Amino acid sequence: MSPGARPRVFLVDDHHLFRSGVRAELGDEVEVVGEADEVGAAVELILERTPEVVLLDVHFPEGGGQAVLQAIKPDHPEIRFLALSVSDAPEDVIAVIRAGARGYVTKTISGPELVAAIRRVADGDAVFSPRLAGFVLDAFASMPATDGVPASFDPELDQLSAREREVLRLIARGYTYKELARELSISSKTVESHVSAVLRKLQLSSRHQLTKWATDRRLA
Amino acid sequence: MHRHWGRHLRGRGPLRRSRDDRLIAGVAGGIAARLGVDVTLVRIALVLFGLASGLGVAAYVVAWLVLPVEGGTAPIISRAKSDRAGIALAVAFVPLLVLTVLVVAVLRIGYASSVAWPFYLSLAGLVLIWRNAEEDESAWMRQVTGTLLQVSTEPRRSRLSLVLRIVIGVVLLGAGLLVIVLGHPSTAILRPAGGTLLVIAAFVVLFGPWWLSVARQLVNERQARVRAEERTEMAARVHDSVLQTLALIQKSSDNPQRVVQLARTQERELRSWLFDGRRPGSFGEEEASTLAAGVQLIEHEVESTHGVAVEAVTVGDCTLAEELRALLAAGKEGTVNAAKWSGAPVVSLFAEVEPDKVTLFVRDRGHGFDPTEIPADRQGIAESIRARMARHGGIAAVRSTPGAGTEVELTMPRRGDRAGDRA
Repeated sequence: MSPGARPRVFLVDDHHLFRSGVRAELGDEVEVVGEADEVGAAVELILERTPEVVLLDVHFPEGGGQAVLQAIKPDHPEIRFLALSVSDAPEDVIAVIRAGARGYVTKTISGPELVAAIRRVADGDAVFSPRLAGFVLDAFASMPATDGVPASFDPELDQLSAREREVLRLIARGYTYKELARELSISSKTVESHVSAVLRKLQLSSRHQLTKWATDRRLA
Repeated sequence: MHRHWGRHLRGRGPLRRSRDDRLIAGVAGGIAARLGVDVTLVRIALVLFGLASGLGVAAYVVAWLVLPVEGGTAPIISRAKSDRAGIALAVAFVPLLVLTVLVVAVLRIGYASSVAWPFYLSLAGLVLIWRNAEEDESAWMRQVTGTLLQVSTEPRRSRLSLVLRIVIGVVLLGAGLLVIVLGHPSTAILRPAGGTLLVIAAFVVLFGPWWLSVARQLVNERQARVRAEERTEMAARVHDSVLQTLALIQKSSDNPQRVVQLARTQERELRSWLFDGRRPGSFGEEEASTLAAGVQLIEHEVESTHGVAVEAVTVGDCTLAEELRALLAAGKEGTVNAAKWSGAPVVSLFAEVEPDKVTLFVRDRGHGFDPTEIPADRQGIAESIRARMARHGGIAAVRSTPGAGTEVELTMPRRGDRAGDRA
């Protein structure tokens, strides 16, 4: 996406009132190319209109956000998903991230923050809310360090690096990416790459995918 | 032929009862399909085994119980496990069975003793099947057995079935009494037992269906009551707090701060109800016993008293030792300060539990201040935080820049008992 261009956004949420609210909040900053309130319609319309970013609710009938992700993500990796949810349950949040969402924000987010998050996702970066950062730290902290994984695997995949942990902690403390870069004396680009690395690890943290990824990487 | 076999073994997956190809329960059809043999061959084999020793019948009934029907995964026996009435029935059949076989053997009713075991096993199995069969299966069975011995769960009770039951019951009763009174001379000791058995059987036939339907009705009623209670609670929740909050919001529409505060309070309460399973309004009734609960308590109190949103994130959890209570108290002080003085609409609260220490960050994006020119009152508050932390061996640091907000960092080393750790 070129700077200043309006990202093409698609809304998926089963509450009409909420969709119109989001539309109003987004204003002219983005181009809303469509909206849907159920899995079938969402998949069909997203494939037809090829938005850059899909704002995706986590919970709605017939499988919710995960079903939409699973139907589209494998064949269309270029369409990015940003989960927008009221759910506070860590398993919901982590599940949509694992299914391929590039970020997660809560529905109490302010309009400008949401626009910033959409732009970031459209640019290929990841978006972490403080709460998501907290969930991720929690998930990795409670994961056994070397749970019978053969030593030939990349140990970094199982664990977050010290730097990534630090980045997540600052996000959880409520720092913006810009403040975070200043605090750690690194560039914003580096912050983004750390965050993306965390996201990748999260998506790969099932043992099977981990093995596959490690194998692929050694082959490359 | 061998290729044919192999294809079937791999292609058909696990052994299932056939749904289409059946005379009784589709066991033969299922076996035939799985082995790739003609179904008639299987049937002939089963009949031969049945006639020779009764084994075929027993095997058939066991297969009926154990094999799931095509397109399903749960065999009848597994459904019986979760069905209390089914279990009771099965258990009740065991002594009945043992006694009957014993009596038959002792009385030397020749033809009966050889087939007795499979016969009574089949009987017990049939009852189990009847009570747990799938919808279309039981409908089919009803067709076959007609109205004889209606041990069905349905309230349908035709006059014919009642008459039949009474006739059979009376015959059994009479036979039982006859055995008790007359009997065989060589089995004098067993006479009462055999007779009693027949009398019991008579009662089962006469009153069994009625008792079963009463039991089933009780279970249904209990389930309905539980569902109704859940609905009532949900409705009460919506009435009591959500509608009330909405009404309050309508009234104070000219006071945006109040509206935000009301909405936040309501949102948090519903969240803790939906996602943490905590009863509405129960928060804060008792003192928090874990760190995460303590942080939530701070979030709750500051949001409702100061109308500022608190975004709390907790990583890990542990039970609250004394020094951690001090940490929380200092954290609360910091959060209240941020809510009162910073002017920021949101305060971030982040707590992390590590094996050797617990850290708590309170951050706002408000006015901030110059730490070198702290007003006297603020100095005092910072000192009270610092002093409290220091008394328990912790450290407090306050960083603030005018225009960029303030962050309070509290670190408390952990001592002693860590049994309450959540890994």
